[in-house]
Amino acid sequence: MGRLKLFLPLFIFGMLALLFWRGLSLDPRDMPSALLNKPVPSFTLPTLADPDKPVGNEALPGEPYLLNVWATWCPTCKAEHAYLNSLAEQGVKIVGINYKDETVKAQRWLQELDDPYVFSVIDAEGRLGIDLGVFGAPETYLVDRSGVIRCKHIGDVNDRVWTQKLAPVYEALVAGTLEALNNAASNPAVQHCR
Amino acid sequence: MIPEIGQFALILGLLLSLVMAVVPMVGAARSDIAMMRSGHSLAYGVLVLTIIAYACLTIAFVQSDFSVAYVAQNSNSVLPVQYKVAAVWGGHEGSMLLWVLMMCGWTAAVARFSRALPPALIARVLSVLGMILVGLFLFMLFTSNPFDRILPFSPTEGSDLNPLLQDPGMIFHPPLLYMGYVGFSVAFAFSIAALIGGHLDSSWARWTRPWTIVAWAFLSLGIALGSWWAYYELGWGGWWFWDPVENASFMPWLAGTALIHSLAVTEKRGLFKSWTILLAIFTFALSLLGTFLVRSGVLVSVHAFATDPARGSFILGFLVLVVGGSLLLYALRAPAVHNRVLFSWLSREAFLLWNNVVLVIVLAVVLLGTLYPLIADALNLGRVSVGPPYFNFFFVPLMGVLCVLLGLGISANWKKTPKDRLLKLWLKPQVLALVVALAFPFLFDGQFDWKAALAVYVASWVLFASLADWYTKTGNARTFGGRFGKVRASYYGMLLAHIGLAITAAGVTLNTIYSVERDVRMLPGDVQAIGHYEFRFDGVERVRGPNYMAVEGRVLVSHGGSEIGVLKPQKRNYFSGGNTMTEAAIDTDLFRDVFIALGDNMGKGAWSVRLQYKPFVVWIWLGALFMGIGGGVAVADKRYRRARAKAPVQAAPVLQSA
Repeated sequence: MGRLKLFLPLFIFGMLALLFWRGLSLDPRDMPSALLNKPVPSFTLPTLADPDKPVGNEALPGEPYLLNVWATWCPTCKAEHAYLNSLAEQGVKIVGINYKDETVKAQRWLQELDDPYVFSVIDAEGRLGIDLGVFGAPETYLVDRSGVIRCKHIGDVNDRVWTQKLAPVYEALVAGTLEALNNAASNPAVQHCR
Repeated sequence: MIPEIGQFALILGLLLSLVMAVVPMVGAARSDIAMMRSGHSLAYGVLVLTIIAYACLTIAFVQSDFSVAYVAQNSNSVLPVQYKVAAVWGGHEGSMLLWVLMMCGWTAAVARFSRALPPALIARVLSVLGMILVGLFLFMLFTSNPFDRILPFSPTEGSDLNPLLQDPGMIFHPPLLYMGYVGFSVAFAFSIAALIGGHLDSSWARWTRPWTIVAWAFLSLGIALGSWWAYYELGWGGWWFWDPVENASFMPWLAGTALIHSLAVTEKRGLFKSWTILLAIFTFALSLLGTFLVRSGVLVSVHAFATDPARGSFILGFLVLVVGGSLLLYALRAPAVHNRVLFSWLSREAFLLWNNVVLVIVLAVVLLGTLYPLIADALNLGRVSVGPPYFNFFFVPLMGVLCVLLGLGISANWKKTPKDRLLKLWLKPQVLALVVALAFPFLFDGQFDWKAALAVYVASWVLFASLADWYTKTGNARTFGGRFGKVRASYYGMLLAHIGLAITAAGVTLNTIYSVERDVRMLPGDVQAIGHYEFRFDGVERVRGPNYMAVEGRVLVSHGGSEIGVLKPQKRNYFSGGNTMTEAAIDTDLFRDVFIALGDNMGKGAWSVRLQYKPFVVWIWLGALFMGIGGGVAVADKRYRRARAKAPVQAAPVLQSA
């Protein structure tokens, strides 16, 4: 009996370790987005390319695309930028939301670091950000060809995020069949789109 | 080139520590003295290699080599050079390297200062430390390599060290913390070595004690410095938030405090052996757990370390291996507890047992509160966060009980103390503490406040009981001055640490009770008053720092008509971008802080200003300083040096009486 008692700490630790293991697959920042499977909110905002001429939802691509929230004050956005460039080269359409930023700085940033965006709207006051439920930059939404948000990612898009989370859904949306989308959603390798 | 040298040094360090993990341990099993001795030179070798790696990273920072990803993320060419050097540990990868460097330093120190210990024991200790080092090196090389390059398109400018970290307090906070965490690994290694070797005698406790006390002292200072930094840098005057990351450093401290006290019993009386071993394992496990919680992203915290699930999985695996393995070893090898009670309930052992019980309850409360969001999430109970009310509700009364027990126990003798004698010893400090407690609220504030009276009672009881004990223990000196030489350094260390606890307790409680905070809108020339303090706002000016522009407010502070000075709170915009930083202006003296933070520009020259009057706040950290110094004084005791010199003779497990 005395000897058995000594196993108690090991047992408790085992329970804790199980808990942590479970915890690793949960993301505490992972709040379900209210806009998942809802259309992109309507907006009329100027673009960085031409700050005098506002554009609206009609300017958004008619095929699946990424909606990327970025700003020059956000170091992670800088880290993410090179990867977005390579995605754009592969033909992925990306629309930028320049979030609570200074227009001149943002234009200079795109000149220096290359511009992966089809266009970037200027959301200086963060109104579109509020409508979208943005936590902070960077954030990326995957939108289908009818303008419905299908996936959301908080934090930078890198190779791992793209291949494990966004690409399967993106490819399903490009293929355009409901079947492909369901396959992507039920694939255990695909992380949740919240 | 230089980063590659650093990377190479890390790889060699991994290989050498692999050898250190195996060879001395095998040597100890085979009684091969040459293999056992190899641990010493291996420990020095790993230290030298890690110093090389660390120096390489520092050079990359000083030279602003932005082709190194870690440098590009955490430095900037206009960053002042002292912050470039400190930026080495400003992010995840570099702070791991600093951690490993300190671990190697401690390992080498064990090798250097433990020559007189039995060779088999020290060989096992070094092997255990080597195993931990292997894990840390692997972690760095596979998941968080500080030397990774961004090639061929390396950035021309870095994104700068987080402005929050550009501060002297932040330069020293992490190294002190890591010294503490890592130091507990020595106590852990001694425990494991003792379990493997089967020699669980009191000499084992004596060897472990100084290492544990030094680690504890560093951790005390580190936590206090972090709290002080949060107070003056975060800009809203709080000093403890029960944030998961703060708790991550506080839990090893609680376990370490319990460990120090239980080690004392094990050394002096040969009791609580299994419990002491278990505590040593727990203390180190909690240090590792802290690393896991901070760097894996399982909990949301204000301390945003670069989190990554891959790192989390690695640390969790490491944690399971180290802690699970040692707890299994413990279950198989620890001496079974015999239930015969060898001391009376009015003995020092009994009071130290209570100390341990209370500390472990506090630890459990903090651990539960920290992990509860994770538990709830894992069991699908929804997302919750546990706030300060929960922690304060349990923590404050339990610490009060601990302080009262401390004062009661300090004058108790080992084994048994006559009741009459104890009551007599307790009487005078008890009366004195009561008088001070009842008088204080009137003298300070002009009216009675039972919370303040209770707080002052607890703190002054610890203080007076400690001093009274010193007075009694030195009673056979002929003159008052002669008393000071009558007790040993380790006793003074204990006294200082306990007085430190009293000071911190008083600071925490009185500051909470008597602080005044006011958010006001002020136009130039406006005057606001808090108590006898008057604040006149004289507008703002633009100033330029080395890597930022700032708006600087001018506030003339006076007390009862006499001027104290002009305080200049700032709002800084760093050139590298990011959020605006609030730099509070603080006037500190021993009994109060005046704290001013500049808020937002409200137009037409008006600014929102936060004015705070915070009595006794500096006592919180002053007390921790006492604890840290107390730890230093305690290990300076001659006894530990003598123990080392005599150790070979005492090596046999027979000597229980020491």
